[in-house]
Amino acid sequence: MKFLSINRRMLALLAVVVPLLALLIYVALRSGPLASIPVTVTTAESHSIAPALFGIGTVEARFTYRIGPTVAGRIKRVEVQVGDRVQAGQLLGEMDPVDFDDRIAAQKAALNRGESAVVAAEAQVRETLARKTYAEKQASRYEQLLKTRSVSEESVEGKRQEIQVTEAGFAAARANLGATRQEMARIRSDLDGLIQQRANLRLITPVSGLVATRNADPGTTVVAGQSVVEVIDPATLWINVRFDQLRVSGLRTGLPVQIVLRSQEGIRFAGRVLRLEPMADAVTEETLAKVIFDALPKRLPPVGELAEVTVEMSALPETPVLPNASVQRVTGRLGVWLIEEDKLRFAPIKVGATDLDGRVQILEGIKAGDRVVVYSQRALGPRSRVKIVERLEGVSP
Amino acid sequence: MISLAGRDIMHSWGKFVFTGVGLGLLIGVTLTMAGVYRGMVDDAKVLLDNSGADLWVVQQDTLGPYAEPSSLYDDVYRTIRGMPGVDRAANITYLTMQVRQGQRDVRAMIVGVVPGGPGEPGQPGYLIAGRQITRSHYEAVADVATGFKLGERIQIRRNHYAVVGLTRRMVSSGGDPMVFIPLKDAQEAQFLKDNDAIAQQRRRTAGNPAFNRPGTPGLLDAVLASQSINPYINAVLVQVKPGFIPEEVAEPIRRWKRLQVYTRVQMEEILIGKLIATAAKQIGMFLVILAIVSAAIVAFIIYTLTLGKIREIAVLKLIGTRNRTIAGMIMQQALGLGLIGFVVGKIAATFWAPIFPKYVLLELGDALLGFAGVFVICALASVLAIRAALKVDPAEAIGG
Repeated sequence: MKFLSINRRMLALLAVVVPLLALLIYVALRSGPLASIPVTVTTAESHSIAPALFGIGTVEARFTYRIGPTVAGRIKRVEVQVGDRVQAGQLLGEMDPVDFDDRIAAQKAALNRGESAVVAAEAQVRETLARKTYAEKQASRYEQLLKTRSVSEESVEGKRQEIQVTEAGFAAARANLGATRQEMARIRSDLDGLIQQRANLRLITPVSGLVATRNADPGTTVVAGQSVVEVIDPATLWINVRFDQLRVSGLRTGLPVQIVLRSQEGIRFAGRVLRLEPMADAVTEETLAKVIFDALPKRLPPVGELAEVTVEMSALPETPVLPNASVQRVTGRLGVWLIEEDKLRFAPIKVGATDLDGRVQILEGIKAGDRVVVYSQRALGPRSRVKIVERLEGVSP
Repeated sequence: MISLAGRDIMHSWGKFVFTGVGLGLLIGVTLTMAGVYRGMVDDAKVLLDNSGADLWVVQQDTLGPYAEPSSLYDDVYRTIRGMPGVDRAANITYLTMQVRQGQRDVRAMIVGVVPGGPGEPGQPGYLIAGRQITRSHYEAVADVATGFKLGERIQIRRNHYAVVGLTRRMVSSGGDPMVFIPLKDAQEAQFLKDNDAIAQQRRRTAGNPAFNRPGTPGLLDAVLASQSINPYINAVLVQVKPGFIPEEVAEPIRRWKRLQVYTRVQMEEILIGKLIATAAKQIGMFLVILAIVSAAIVAFIIYTLTLGKIREIAVLKLIGTRNRTIAGMIMQQALGLGLIGFVVGKIAATFWAPIFPKYVLLELGDALLGFAGVFVICALASVLAIRAALKVDPAEAIGG
């Protein structure tokens, strides 16, 4: 009986101590240096990847027409507001002409006076011509009379001299007429010039488009070349995209792109690379490119809106492919952790292109079918013990 | 031979075990406190490990980028890359801020890394899900402690980022989980003012006649553009070529580029010796007091346990038991109590350590030290109890 009771107590004590010891062993194996590290494993597969390039750009108008005066002056009126559609040749505004109109009136008066001067000169020509004809006739008459000795030699000489005088008068009158006509032409040209300069004060759009900005209002003084109104052609919107220089190899004109506008997230617009800028941005280390929409969005994006551009490049030849999460740098060398017969080995590799889904081409060091560690609960070392699991702790499916 | 201690424990095993468990919880707290201290130091070390750098190039005369603010131009890395012995150099920015996700926000350290591919300095060394950053904008790899899930969208300042990868144990020296985003975005997040501030700055500049002259169109635009650029980073992480000693590479950069360069050893000194020094000392002080209090409590428990058995001991003496046997019994019981206490403490600490919001590192060395400590304290405490037991007058067994 006594033995039994002790035995029962012993059992109860064991019932407490044994689970405690079991827990201790479990705890010692689960944490600390003895614990194995849970990892997930993937198999390298031979795949062809299509690298893609991601860039950020802003919507810009291909052509911006900055319309302003060619001489300094004050704005008299601006006819259009921002957002107005304008037609080629439409009057957008006008500069203050100041004394232009008066100068044109003066020139017109001068022209009228000139016309009268021409009439006077023509009359003078006719008068001198008449004098000349009369003098010639008189002279010929006196020549006849001289033959019959009815007049003296002296009076014939007088008539001959009269011809010379009237001829000179006639030539002078004709020259005067020519000069007056030239003067007229000068005044007319001056007037035309003034009218054209006056017309130049009118701000006229050379293209049909949209008024993008209105930089100055009536009464403002602007200098030559300063724009009063900017007109863009919304049909020529493009995106000025910046690509990180690290990844642009393979970027060519004509490649298809997908465009996502910041205001219309979720909608992908198709487009293509129109041109690669020959000048890269040296400060931000980015390459610039212009991308156009295949079809403009129905709701036009404002100029300056942010856009995300993904360029799809052509597929590369098949190589072993691994997720980029498996590639690590250990003591300065790039490589992956291979699982060979449940043992861990670090295999140095050479990587090629990457696609946007994080798949990396492995050029050297791995062949298709190799088992490689992708995710690990802790950093791995050559002597780590690993336990292969489906999914790591704390990661939802 | 019958074990006297064993028989006595058997006699009141419930009391013995529960006392042991209570003691164990106390030891568990002490071990955890040691773990908290180790965790703090480890957070600092893991920060350095994760950056994958051999050298940190920071602003001259600063202790940056972790302990002090440091600001460099972002093209400095080009000249550093050309220095002898430099294998790779990468820009990096650090900024601790609240990251919004839906309705909640999480305190995190935003790390701006150059998305140059796996293994570049600054990138998270290993992932537990998802993938590394591949786009040069608007993607993030977050530490799992942030609670973010793959595919979620988080907001940092003005922009939204898709979480594409999860990592683990990537924390700042303060224990805040890290969120890795592309460098250009991080520069923007760090130095970009909010929209209202930008609008007001533009208004102020436009109102300044020096910048807004009627005679020079375009000047205002140029001034405004120059105000919104941010070509700054916090540090350049450098990996040295194999065969070079980091200090050898650091010296020419210090001398000729007039920048401060720290090696791994110096950086550790800054982080542990300066940045977390006070906090660590605080925890350390607490640990010391806790250890002393635990030792005192263990001693008192064993002493009172023995005093509770004083009558039985008197009987033992009366029947002529040798002092050695009685002392052995008390000593064995004390050590047994210590053993149960340590086991319970170790188990408890291991189970509740992961629940702590900050990292608690239970080191094997600490556990062994604790084990030895518990035994020494139990032995010393039992000496007190033995003295009391041996002084007992056998007559007490019959009296009172």
